[in-house]
This record gives sequence, structure tokens and C-alpha cells, in this order.
Amino acid sequence: MLRYLVPPLSSEPSLSEVELDVKASEILPNSGRIVPFSGKPALVFRSASGELKALSATCTHLACTVQYRPERADIWCACHNGVYDANGVNISGPPPRPLTKLEVNVRGEKIVVRRV
Amino acid sequence: MAWLRDRIGWEDIAHLAAKKEVPIHRYTVFYYLGGMALFLFMVQVATGILLLLYYRPSSAEAFESVQYIMAEVPFGWLIRSIHSWGANLFVGVVVLHLISVFFLKAYRAPRELTWISGAVLLFLTLGFGFSGYLLPWNTLSYFATKVGTDVPAQIPGIGPLLAQILRGGSDVTGATLSRFYGIHVAILPAITTLFLGLHLILVQRHGMSLPPSVERRGPGRSMKFVPDFLLRDMVGWLTAVGILAALAALLPWELGRKADPFSPAPAGIRPEWYFLSMFQALKYFPSEIGGVPGEMIGVFLFGAIAAALVAVPLLDRGASAGRPSVWWNRAAVLALAGAVALTILALLPAGRPAP
Repeated sequence: MLRYLVPPLSSEPSLSEVELDVKASEILPNSGRIVPFSGKPALVFRSASGELKALSATCTHLACTVQYRPERADIWCACHNGVYDANGVNISGPPPRPLTKLEVNVRGEKIVVRRV
Repeated sequence: MAWLRDRIGWEDIAHLAAKKEVPIHRYTVFYYLGGMALFLFMVQVATGILLLLYYRPSSAEAFESVQYIMAEVPFGWLIRSIHSWGANLFVGVVVLHLISVFFLKAYRAPRELTWISGAVLLFLTLGFGFSGYLLPWNTLSYFATKVGTDVPAQIPGIGPLLAQILRGGSDVTGATLSRFYGIHVAILPAITTLFLGLHLILVQRHGMSLPPSVERRGPGRSMKFVPDFLLRDMVGWLTAVGILAALAALLPWELGRKADPFSPAPAGIRPEWYFLSMFQALKYFPSEIGGVPGEMIGVFLFGAIAAALVAVPLLDRGASAGRPSVWWNRAAVLALAGAVALTILALLPAGRPAP
């Protein structure tokens, strides 16, 4: 019975590199957006200085999806008020760990995100 | 008629109903809460069955099917609103029933099992609320379920497996919706039927409990359950129908936006009112306490409170021996005040960004 209840592992391939549908020029300085990365949400954002960054968007507290806050240039989880800095380091609220870092590259106009 | 009477044992039923008495004293009004909870449960069953006829439990169609129920199906908006408001009223009445039974010490011997089965019914009621909340597949319910299913994942050892079984995978997806649908319309109703049956049999067996202060005064007045108490009960049910219809008509339950797993959790996100105290408490646990993750400690604390609630009649032995439960009452008042304060705090700063 227990074996029946435990779902089989997903057959979806876990990609280590994903080319996003978003163009690099679409992400303006001091803004961010959530994109699918291997079936999970990732946060791709551009700092005020124009640097493009990517992090896992899954909050390390209780798995809500975080967002980039332009007015504070930080990353915020609305569920329990957890805050991370622009490097994904947990700085206030309940999150126990930093967000997982992802590598981001721009090829022409395309954004490519990959696991570190 | 006589043919039917013989076969269903009508005389026995009539004899039992005629024998049943309800004591009259200053706390008699609290006896109506159990019947009210049962009535609201039946309203949920009836409206839930009607919603089943149109609802489609898949991530592609769930939201649209609820939208269809509300916009296209004749009186669909009313049925769905009554089901949503009714769920909230039902939880509220069940909680009030539990509080009144606690302070009137109705869990004293020989009614320990009546309390324990009632406490289990409260958890089942919360399970109905939690599983039903996801079914419209909107943004709020999606993130509430993400958080809610990540809470058991914090239990060391079996936690991750438990979360995986609940979600039907490693994330909240259409598979979770299918599972929650099955839990909401089949598994929980089946378990609830068992515990509700046991609870009602025990209430019938032991009769109405007298609060200690009334008991000390000796035998007092009483009324017949049929028809005196039942008719009064029915006035309450009629009032509940009126309140439900008014709420559903004047404040139809909103559907919100369709869940998007690739959108951030919106500002101001929070669960239903009966989970707000736990939701708010989780904000205050630091990321680590003595090397142990804060949320894990929170989960253990909630578990300990739930276990203590179930075990009240076994722990408060003094009440059964006729001694006043001063410390238990103080602890309960403190817990209630804490829950109310946390709920208010969760409601106040909707979407307030971190300082």
C-alpha cells in the first residue's frame, strides 16, 4: 500500500542548461522575472548596475516562490517575509539558507541559465 | 405503514427518542453547537456533491471548471459560495464547540472517548479545509499548499516521504490536485463518517454532560430532546441557512487568478483564517535555534499542541476526580489569547514589506 502511495520519480529530464524565452534586453536594470528552469522556478534579474544574475526562486524556508524587489534591490518571499540580498544570501526573516546560485550567460540576445 | 414500522424497528427508535432528555441550566445554549456543526457538515456534503457534477480535477481544467460553475451554471455561484462560506462557518462552529466542551469540562469520565473522537473530527475538519482550498487551483491556494505541504517535510526521517506522498511528487503540480481531490471527496469523508458515527454513538450513550457547577447543585430541570430541543435546534439551523444565503448572495466567494507555478508568491498572501495563527507563528521562528532549523521546531511545537489537545481528558485527571482544573483553564486561555493575537497580527500588515 505504501509503495502504491509513493509516486514514481518524474520522467522529466533534469536539464543542467536551459535557453530562456526571454531576451537579455527585456530584463531592464533593477528588475527581475521568474522563468522555468528544469521544471522549477528560477529568478533572473538585473541589478541596478546592469549585471545579470540568476538564482533558484524557491525560498529555502517553506518553498514559496521569491521575487525581486526593485525598491529595495533585494529578493523577498511574500509568504513569511523572508529577505535575501542581491547575491541570494538570507539576511532577515525565517529562511535558513541562501538561495541556490545559477550561472547565467548571454549568447547574442539569448539568456542561458545553467547549474553551477 | 405498520409493515415499515415493523421492519425498521420504529417502536425502539421512538422509545429511545422519548427517553432522551436535555438538562436546562445557564449553559444549555452550548449544547446547540454540536448539532449546528453536524448541520453545517451536511450542508457541505450536499453542496460538495452538487459541485462534483461540474468540477474537473486537473491543473488544466480545475480553475476553468470553477469559473464555469460560477458564471454559466444556473445558481452555480450560489452553490459554490455556500460551500466556501459554509466551510468557514463549519470550522468556526466546530472550534466554538470544542472550546465550550473544554470549559464546561464535558471531557471528564466517562466521556474521554467522546472528546478524543471530537478532537480527531476537528483535525479532519481542518484537513477538509486544507485539501478543499487547493481545488479551485488559484494563486493563493497554490502557494498555501506549497507552504502547507512543506511543513510536514520538516519532520526528520519520514518528513520528505510524507510530503512526497501528499503532493504526489516533489512539487505541487496537477498530481497534487488529483491527490487533494481524492482526499477531499473520498478519503476524508470515509474517515469522518467513522469518527462521526463513534462520536454520536458516545454522545447518545452517555447523554448530555452537566458542568461541574451545575452538577454540584443536584438534579435540576430538563426538556425532552424530541420535540423541545430538536425544534430549538432547527431554529438555529434555519438561522444558519439564512446567514449562509446572505453571505453567499452579498459577498460571493472570489475565485482569484489561476495558479501559475512560474509566478512569485503575491504580496499579502495568507491562508484561511483558521491557519493564520500557525502561518504567523512560522514567521517568528528564527532560521536556527541551537543548530536546529526554526521551522522544524515550529512543526514539533504544533504537533505537541495537537497531541496535548487530543490527550486532555487523559492528562487532566483532576477534573474527573471532581477537582477544579485551574491550570488547564489558564493554559487554555493563554493558548486561545495567543492564537487570537497571532491571527490579528497576520491580518494587520497585509503585504507589509520587511523593514
